Amino acid sequence: MIEVKGLVKDYGALRAVNGVSFTVRRGDVLGFLGPNGAGKSTTMKMITGFLRPTAGSALVNGHDVTAEPVVVKRLVGYLPENAPAYPEMTVGEFLGFIAEIRGFRTVELSRPRIEHVIDLCHLGPVRRQSIETLSKGYKQRVGFAQALLHDPPVLVLDEPTDGLDPNQKHEVRSIIKQMAAEKTVILSTHILEEVEAICTRVIIISRGQVVVDDTLDGLRARHAGARLDEIFRQLTQTDT
Amino acid sequence: MSQIPPLFKREFLGYFRSPVAYVFLVVFLMASVGCAFFLGGFFRNEIAGLDSYFQFLPWLFIPFISAVGMRLWSEEKRAGTIELLFTLPVTTLEAVLGKFLAAWAFLCLAILLSFPMVLTVAYLGDPDWGVLASSYLGSMLMAGGFLGVCSLTSAFTKNQVVSFVLSVFVCFLLVLLGWSVFTDFLGGYLALPAWLVDVVSNFSFKTHFDAFAKGIIDPKDVMFFLSLAGFCLFLNVLVLDR
Ligand SMILES: Nc1ncnc2c1ncn2[C@@H]1O[C@H](COP(=O)(O)OP(=O)(O)OP(=O)(O)O)[C@@H](O)[C@H]1O
Ligand SMILES: [Mg+2]
Repeated sequence: MIEVKGLVKDYGALRAVNGVSFTVRRGDVLGFLGPNGAGKSTTMKMITGFLRPTAGSALVNGHDVTAEPVVVKRLVGYLPENAPAYPEMTVGEFLGFIAEIRGFRTVELSRPRIEHVIDLCHLGPVRRQSIETLSKGYKQRVGFAQALLHDPPVLVLDEPTDGLDPNQKHEVRSIIKQMAAEKTVILSTHILEEVEAICTRVIIISRGQVVVDDTLDGLRARHAGARLDEIFRQLTQTDT
Repeated sequence: MSQIPPLFKREFLGYFRSPVAYVFLVVFLMASVGCAFFLGGFFRNEIAGLDSYFQFLPWLFIPFISAVGMRLWSEEKRAGTIELLFTLPVTTLEAVLGKFLAAWAFLCLAILLSFPMVLTVAYLGDPDWGVLASSYLGSMLMAGGFLGVCSLTSAFTKNQVVSFVLSVFVCFLLVLLGWSVFTDFLGGYLALPAWLVDVVSNFSFKTHFDAFAKGIIDPKDVMFFLSLAGFCLFLNVLVLDR
């Protein structure tokens, strides 16, 4: 469960996130939408404890991220935007490092976890390749594998299907859908079909503020007959 | 603190996964041994000791340790991996220490690779083993002091060039303050009182290292390097936590 209360983030004079509040429960897959620069990534960075909020708080399973950052970081699997990873490491070495940091200290413990995510994300063919030589899609998959490695109860995914081919997009969506029942998931995306395919709830933010927080059906009911992209355009028009 | 071993391991092996380690070790060895031979007169002065090697280390450390230190945090920031690192369950202190210790171990390795010179000295003459041991200890402690400064400066910027220039500048000052030419200048030309000159030179790496090179292990000198590194790393944590 993620509870966000009045989050604010200032970058110098720019207020990137301006009083965002929402709650995501277990079993929810929250689609986090908004135009470029709306503050989606910034909000996620605060929830995962990378950025310190200027004001407000974020709680993950009841733990405040500012007060107990390490507890929250244990609970969360996070795929940052652009899936950063150490370029000189091979995929196998990198996942091994993540496993150790995640507390799987012996080979017996880490092996099954690593094999599991390598299978899940189809990384077999590149496991001995260094990350800097991977194509964008494979790099993205390494980031996804890294986020899933410790089977976290909470997943925060910043554009998880960015750069993936259609088959992989489909695959990632079905992985998320399968896990959704016992996890709390928040994912940002620009692909509206993705929202319709896997999300149970939608939040649209614009200029750092929440403009919509509703279920997918609720959103459709409010704008009878309109397609999701039309609704999105209507609500965020002022930005473009 | 339990997260330090995996961080240390990743960072230390990281040097050997890229050309950094090999280029650094080879060039550092050539430079340090070269200085001992050509500037220090290793063979010429017919002393069974490594003074000719150690006397140049404070100066050599300025560019070489800045080069190792500049990437510590700048590279993480530039590559965006800092976001990955700080959303894993590690504290800032663990991350800072893990990286620092790995880089320090790497530098100690570079220093210890001069051991063929020890063998040469032992073969040709009868060296003072106490002086050799304290010189090596002093070099490693001094490397830790330098590295603390460089780790801190690299946390300020994501630009490695800026980080390098900043590190070289600060380290140069810290060596210069204790260089006899500089202290003579302060005492003689500027006619500063002797106690002031002492205070100034007391901040220098060189002043504290020279004692080790003479075979004196003074707890004050050990504390100087350790507390300097500790203080820099403390600031390093604060800078990253902002
Ligand atoms: N490090 C930073 N320094 C200054 N401003 C920043 C920084 N990071 C983000 N911003 C600004 O904050 C605002 C929100 O950025 P954010 O990355 O959260 O947007 P986003 O919703 O994720 O956009 P996108 O859909 O393009 O990924 C933008 O105006 C951006 O320029
Ligand atoms: Mg973004």
